[in-house]
Amino acid sequence: MKNTSVAELKKIAQDLRKKAVTMIYEAQSGHPGGSLSVADFVTACYFREMDIDPQNPKWPDRDRFVLSKGHVCPIQYAALGTLGFFPEEVLHTLRQEGSKLQGHPDMKKCPGIDISTGSLGQGLACAVGMALAAKRDGKKYRVFVAVGDGEAQEGEIWEACQTANKYELDNLIVFVDNNNLQIDGTTDEVMPNIDLGNKFAAFGFDVYRINGNDMQQVVDTLDAIRMRSNGKPKCIFAQTVKGKGVSYMENQGVWHGVAPNKEEYEQAMKELEEGF
Amino acid sequence: MEKKATRDGFGEEILALGKEDNGIYVVDVDIGKSCKTTAFAKALPQQHVNVGIAEQNAAGVAAGLATCGKTPFVVTYAVFGSLRMCEMIRQEVCYPNLNVKFACSHGGVTPANDGASHQAIEDMGVLRTIPNMTVIMPADYWSAKKLVAAAAKTYGPMFLRFTRDAIPVIYDENTEFVIGKAHEVQDGKDVALIANGDTVRLAIDAAKALEAKGKSVKVIDMHTIKPLDVDAVKACVENIGKIVTIEDHNILNGLGSAVCEVAAEMGKGKVKRIGIQDQFGESAPYERLLAKNGITVENIVAQAEALMA
Repeated sequence: MKNTSVAELKKIAQDLRKKAVTMIYEAQSGHPGGSLSVADFVTACYFREMDIDPQNPKWPDRDRFVLSKGHVCPIQYAALGTLGFFPEEVLHTLRQEGSKLQGHPDMKKCPGIDISTGSLGQGLACAVGMALAAKRDGKKYRVFVAVGDGEAQEGEIWEACQTANKYELDNLIVFVDNNNLQIDGTTDEVMPNIDLGNKFAAFGFDVYRINGNDMQQVVDTLDAIRMRSNGKPKCIFAQTVKGKGVSYMENQGVWHGVAPNKEEYEQAMKELEEGF
Repeated sequence: MEKKATRDGFGEEILALGKEDNGIYVVDVDIGKSCKTTAFAKALPQQHVNVGIAEQNAAGVAAGLATCGKTPFVVTYAVFGSLRMCEMIRQEVCYPNLNVKFACSHGGVTPANDGASHQAIEDMGVLRTIPNMTVIMPADYWSAKKLVAAAAKTYGPMFLRFTRDAIPVIYDENTEFVIGKAHEVQDGKDVALIANGDTVRLAIDAAKALEAKGKSVKVIDMHTIKPLDVDAVKACVENIGKIVTIEDHNILNGLGSAVCEVAAEMGKGKVKRIGIQDQFGESAPYERLLAKNGITVENIVAQAEALMA
C-alpha cells in the first residue's frame, strides 16, 4: 500500500480518464462509459491500495486485479501505462494489430494483466481461484475485482460467490460498478437485478454501500476492508455514473461502446481538465 | 481378461501425484465419488476444492489457481467437462494457455444406463477445435495412469477422458506412453486400425480375426487426438494406404475426422470411419450402444475387408 492522498488520487483518476478517452478516440473503438464509471476504484487500487511492482509484474506475492468487466480495459491500461508496466507510448496502440493492448485484456500480451477477461461473468471465478491459492499458501496477497451490474446477470458470478463464501475468502474484494446501464437499456429494463447489494450479502459477503465516484468514500472503504479479516469476502456495492466526468456521456447508455468524434473528444478533454 | 474402468486408474494416479507435488490440485464438482477423487480429498484436503454443482465456476477457479502456480485437475463427467464449461475452457484456460487439466469420467457411451444426457459423444471433437488444447483418451487402466502422470508433468490445457465402465486391461505397468505420440500395439502391412479409448480393445480383437484369415494388421492406439501424431498417420497412408478408424465418439470431428484430414491433404489413402453415427444414445447396455453404431469387432473386420477387397 502507498500513502497517496485523496487529493492526489482524484487528480490521477481524471488523468487516467483523459488517457482512456484518448485511447478510445485514437482507436475509434472501445468502451468509454464503463471505463469512466469504474475509474475511481481502479485508481484507488493501483495508486494506493495494492502492493504491486511495475518492474516485476509477475511477482508471486503481488496483489491481483481482475477486471471481470473486461471491455472497460482502457482505464486499466491507462493505470498500467502510467505506473510503468509498459512504456506509456504503448497507450496509443489500443486495439491495433500487434498491440499489447487488445480490445479485451490479454494476460499473455500485456504486462500487469493478471487474467485474460472479456467474456462477461468469468473473471470473478478466476479471482476466487487466486484468493483461494493465497489462503492455501498462507500468503498475504489480496485480489481486487471489478464486476459490472449488468454482468451480475451471469449465473457464473453467483457460482463464484458461493465458493468465496465456502472458503472464507476475506482476501477477495469485489467492486460492483453499479451504473444502472447496459447495452440494451437500463438494468431495470433489460433484467432487474433485484436488490443486488443484498444478494451479495445473502451470499455471505460483507457489503459496503458507497458512492463509487467519490474518491474519499472509495479510499475510506478500502481502509476499512484492510482492517477487517473476518473470514467473509468483501463487496463494495458502488453507485456510479456511466460516462462519469464527460457531460454528454454521463448516464447515457449510447456511450457504452462508441468512440467520440473530434469535436466530442475535444469537449471531453476540456471537461475532464476543468470540470463542467 | 482382467477388467478395470480407466476412471479408477485416474483416481489412483492423481492421489500418488498429489502426494509427490503439493501444487497438484483437484477441483471437484460434487461427483468426486463417481470420478474417484474421494481418496485424494481425504488424504490431501489442502489441495482439494469442491465447488459444488457449478461447472462453469470450476473452470474459472482452476484458471485462477493456475495463475498462482498450481496444477489443477478439474474433475467431472466428460459431457460437462467439455460442453457445460466450454466457453470458460476457451476464454479462461485455452486463450491464456494456463496449466489446467480437465479429467473426465463417463467418456463416450460408457455411462450407458444414464442415457443420452450423460453420454459424451461430441466432447473430444469440440475441444479439438480450441487452440492450445490437448485431447486424450487412454485405452485402459495402465495407460490412464501413465497418461495422467504425463499430463501432470506437461504444461498446458488438457482434456483427459476416461470410461465409467470397466474395460479390459490390455497393457501392463511397463508400457510407456507419450502425449501426442501414437502407441503402436502391433505392426502390420495390409490394413491399419487406428483406435483410441475403449475401442482399442475392439481393434486388437479385430486384428486377431483378420490375422486368422491371413491378413497382416497394424494396430495403433491414438490416445492423443490433438496434437495428432501426424507422422504416424502419414506412415499408415504411405506404407499401407488402407485405414479403419474406431472411436467411442461421434464420427464427426473426432479421431476419424483427424485422420481423414491428414489423408485428404496427402491426396491418397482410403479411410473408413467407425464411431457414433451422429445420433444421440439412450439408456441401454454399453455393448448394445456400441453395436447400434457399428462399433463392433465384426464391423471393424468387415470394413477392413472391404478396403482390402
